[in-house]
Amino acid sequence: MSVAKPLPHDAAPLHVTGQARYIDDLPVPAGTLHLAFGLSKIARGTITKMDLDAVRAAPGVVAVMVADDLPFENDVSPSIHDEPLLSDGTVHYIGQPLFIVIATSHLAARKAARLGDIAYTEETPILTVDEAMEAGSRFEGGPVVWEKGDAKAAIARAPHVLQGSLDMGGQEHFYLEGQAALVLPSEDGDMVVMSSTQHPTEIQHKVADAIGRPMHAVRVETRRMGGGFGGKESQGNALAVACAVAAMKTGKPCKMRYDRDDDMIITGKRHDARVDYEVGFDDHGRIMGLSYRHLIRCGWAMDLSLPVADRAMLHADNAYLLPACRIESHRLKTNTQSATAYRGFGGPQGMIGMERVMDHIAHELGLDPVEVRRRNYYPKADTPAPDRSTPYGQEVEDFILHEMTDALLDSADYAARKAAVAEWNAANRFVKKGIAFTPVKFGISFTLTHLNQAGALVHVYQDGSVQLNHGGTEMGQGLYQKVAQVAASRFGIAMDHVRITATDTGKVPNTSATAASSGSDLNGMAVKAACDTIRARMAEHLAELHQSEPAAVTFADGNVEVAGASYTFTQAAQLCYHGRVQLSATGFYKTPKIEWDRATGHGRPFYYFAYGAAVTEVAVDVLTGENRILRTDILHDAGTSLNPALDIGQVEGGYVQGAGWLTTEELVWDQEGMLRTHAPSTYKIPACSDRPRVFNVALWDGENREDTIYKSKAVGEPPFMLGISAFLALSHAVAACGTDYPALDAPATPERIWHAVQRVSNGV
Amino acid sequence: MEIAFLLNGEPVTVTDAAPTETLLDWLRERRGLKGTKEGCNEGDCGACTVMVTDDAGAKALNACILFLPQLEGKAVRTVEGLSGPAGEMHPVQDALVRHHGSQCGFCTPGFAVSMAVAHAQGDRATDDRVAGNLCRCTGYAPIVRAADAAAGVPVPDWIDDSAALAKVRGDHAPYRPESSDALAAAYAAEPDAVLVAGATDVGLWVTKQLRELDKVIFLDGCADLKGIDVSDTEIRFGAMVDMNRVREALAPHYPSYAEMIRRYGSYQVRGAATIGGNIANGSPIGDNPPPLIALGATLHLRKGDARRTMPVEEFFIDYGKQDLQPGEFLEAITVPLKPDLLKVYKLSKRFDQDISAVCGAFFITVEDGKVAQARIAFGGMAGTPKRATACETTLTGADWTEDGIAPAIAALAEDFSPLSDMRASSAYRLGTAQSMLVRAWAEDTGAATSVLGMAS
Repeated sequence: MSVAKPLPHDAAPLHVTGQARYIDDLPVPAGTLHLAFGLSKIARGTITKMDLDAVRAAPGVVAVMVADDLPFENDVSPSIHDEPLLSDGTVHYIGQPLFIVIATSHLAARKAARLGDIAYTEETPILTVDEAMEAGSRFEGGPVVWEKGDAKAAIARAPHVLQGSLDMGGQEHFYLEGQAALVLPSEDGDMVVMSSTQHPTEIQHKVADAIGRPMHAVRVETRRMGGGFGGKESQGNALAVACAVAAMKTGKPCKMRYDRDDDMIITGKRHDARVDYEVGFDDHGRIMGLSYRHLIRCGWAMDLSLPVADRAMLHADNAYLLPACRIESHRLKTNTQSATAYRGFGGPQGMIGMERVMDHIAHELGLDPVEVRRRNYYPKADTPAPDRSTPYGQEVEDFILHEMTDALLDSADYAARKAAVAEWNAANRFVKKGIAFTPVKFGISFTLTHLNQAGALVHVYQDGSVQLNHGGTEMGQGLYQKVAQVAASRFGIAMDHVRITATDTGKVPNTSATAASSGSDLNGMAVKAACDTIRARMAEHLAELHQSEPAAVTFADGNVEVAGASYTFTQAAQLCYHGRVQLSATGFYKTPKIEWDRATGHGRPFYYFAYGAAVTEVAVDVLTGENRILRTDILHDAGTSLNPALDIGQVEGGYVQGAGWLTTEELVWDQEGMLRTHAPSTYKIPACSDRPRVFNVALWDGENREDTIYKSKAVGEPPFMLGISAFLALSHAVAACGTDYPALDAPATPERIWHAVQRVSNGV
Repeated sequence: MEIAFLLNGEPVTVTDAAPTETLLDWLRERRGLKGTKEGCNEGDCGACTVMVTDDAGAKALNACILFLPQLEGKAVRTVEGLSGPAGEMHPVQDALVRHHGSQCGFCTPGFAVSMAVAHAQGDRATDDRVAGNLCRCTGYAPIVRAADAAAGVPVPDWIDDSAALAKVRGDHAPYRPESSDALAAAYAAEPDAVLVAGATDVGLWVTKQLRELDKVIFLDGCADLKGIDVSDTEIRFGAMVDMNRVREALAPHYPSYAEMIRRYGSYQVRGAATIGGNIANGSPIGDNPPPLIALGATLHLRKGDARRTMPVEEFFIDYGKQDLQPGEFLEAITVPLKPDLLKVYKLSKRFDQDISAVCGAFFITVEDGKVAQARIAFGGMAGTPKRATACETTLTGADWTEDGIAPAIAALAEDFSPLSDMRASSAYRLGTAQSMLVRAWAEDTGAATSVLGMAS
């Protein structure tokens, strides 16, 4: 069977030779026009004058469009129609698109877009969560509050109480391929859209609305993205819609791609946030009650902020049973980019708050932080326990972190290394080491229940070759390959018989975004259903030919065997074709068991949980705050992995991206609301030497207790949060400089670490 | 204008390009070679990395900030040209597939080229060779595994363009002088022209500021500005010596400076950037001036036939203002060879390929436990690279002990009132500048003071 084999990414040979095509690489018809947005220079106000004569007169400019030129909907929001493609006269952040330049080249469009003469009446922008709280600038009427038990009373009863606050920065996705779209106008006003998107159906929907046609008039195709990470769930809408309205106006194919600076200035990022906490606990570090306040900076438009903030609340427990808990979540509206989906989708923000609490308790009691965590873990799966419920009422039935923790601490030699770190710190004044353990429990399913569905279309041709299509998109995670492995396994054929094709709204409709780590869970099952339909038809036909039972027909090792006869799959396909058997099928899947009431914060939002654990050791230069990750050990739960090589790739990459979020990646806005870090010269994602010097990654040997595709588990997002261990290790190293708790904020840049060292040392 | 070079082994001549057309745009938009990607258009991500070979050998360079005239007489090999004549994969390509080194694949062509150049040169320092290639998917581990796996495989012969270089020759354009004399004449005639050395800075004027540069003079052809002359007392660098060669030449004499250069820019940036350009552009955060000032290096300027020299620190008059007359250019830098007491500390958010928040250089002579002489200079602390004169004065004669240096540390606050920006706050800049003096002392005590190179 192909499933479970560590096969390379299906497109790897194309990647390494430069033949893999991204949107900007596609051959385009002669006369294709290129677009750029003219952008707002202020964060909040009203436009009083927009003189675009110089733009129109610039070399190569074919046309310019403003909001009034849009024929139908002026909206690219994925949620509540609050995000005009082009400003309606009000301005909400620096970088908001005001007009579209349509020109003969990308460069001509970019140059002309800077020539607009715009005047504004400026208002004082709301930039920070504090300013937004003060102004009452928020989405939804007030904070969302979910409760389990009486947290306030439990805290009041507790022998120990701690309060604290953690500020964490946002994160730029920094997909290497910027946002891009290409629209080819077809006859009768139809549009074909090539988009670098995680959500082709959303692109289809928004383009259809913008050109005033039903969805059937728009076909969206996505072969691959050069990285997505959530940043292409909704942020591609503007480019595709702009191209469509420009194509409608000019009758020409239109292409748009953001230059890197435009991409970072225009598009949303991970939500930055503040988590305030008050926790009551006993002498053993066991939490009795915990109260949180989440301040989530959502930016100017709603986008996906509500489910993001929900998911932060849904991970505010991480791996720990909280007897009493209150979570208050404020979704704050500011004059900054509209924060959007980013790997983990709020989960990391919620989870790091919990991990900070654990760390703080351990520091306060002088206990081993791992031990404190273990004492608070959810009960082991399949053992009797009085309470295994999350703050949102879901029973944690599949908890395996007790066993995983034991295994990881052993393989990472945690106890001895922790002692060695203490020894080093006693002997060294200028370089301190730190070591930290972080468990991850991450809920798998879209919290918007109806999104948990997927479709597939599978063709078996008469030569036995198989063509495969489903609603999931490929952004590097290897989804196409994993799903192809499923198809090959169902038919018992070699991988080279299976052809993967671009995601296409004309083949599989009404797809959900490839997001929430759900790609292989949902699409793998849909493809399996389609394959099994065809296989059943083939088996029935062959059984009939051999006076056998369909159940007795086997598909394995490239052969189909029935009643002692053996056919190659190709021969079997030919036989079925001649027997007029339908060799094409759709497949459909919807996730079972889930139900969720967002209003009350109660139900079973998740089909299951994926688990992981990491131990990270760091060194910190206390004179400057410079630091290195010396070693990381990870044990991650991918269930029965569909492809261990690709899954380990997600774990390694997710960890480094998570550590980047919490260390070098700092977004800086100035007082006017201008993002100052809008290119890799100023925004620093991890480079090669920033990965851990020793990096041991293993997959947990287990299977999903729920009936997922081949008992695998989702793996896209969960490992991202293992990066929290790097942050806590840095905090541990800083703590070695004194006795106070470091209360380190994120990202822990050298500067923040240096300031924390000053605080801790001066407290001695 | 006629520019001739080899492209994936085949001679090409470009006659219709603007002098500031980048190689990346030309490859993608004119030649349809779409394997080379645009990730940032400023030389920071490496997705556009190409292999460029000239008489001095092969380099990996960023095509996005490489102007076509800089390629005259050279050979360019893109990702499409890494594979063999029969389509066989280059060993690094094959290893990247087998070791799962690509996920989304967009950065991969750039990695493949960087790795192929390192592979051809037998350089196993992968962290450094791909420091200028950003990958957002893999966490780099599988890429390093691929580089390690490919290291043992012989270099394929098709990758070597050196033998075919003689085939290409464009015209002798006046904007591309081929000697210091010719440059002096050309610049005297057009003193408002922009001089382009490696284009790692001027490139961004074009790709980011979208500036039209009417008059440009490319210095790349001036072979006599690329010399390194080492005597018993000094090293003389021609202004056009690239930073990889500067690093190599300085490593035996001033290893701390050489290590700073390793971090100053990626391999691709160092291969394009020149020591002359880094000084002449007058940036307050250029990393060469602090160590050059601490060492007492000398600049050699030329205008027409007139030459003059000056200490490096006198060159920087004010923010954006250097002691350069119209038509005058930097011809060479001489670095004195002294006993190695130089300590250079570069501080940035990320170790590799990041602009300094603070760069400090210390040349401190200690005799009988007291500081006999101190030359200390910083970048990032003022509008220009600048000596810490109050600190130097206070330090001179002080005990080389923790207590002894304390007044000198305090004196740094008299020398500098640094700015706050997206790289660092004023307090952090001043505080860490002070820390650097502590580090300089602590290093001499044998204490561990650097996290680089540490093991678990």
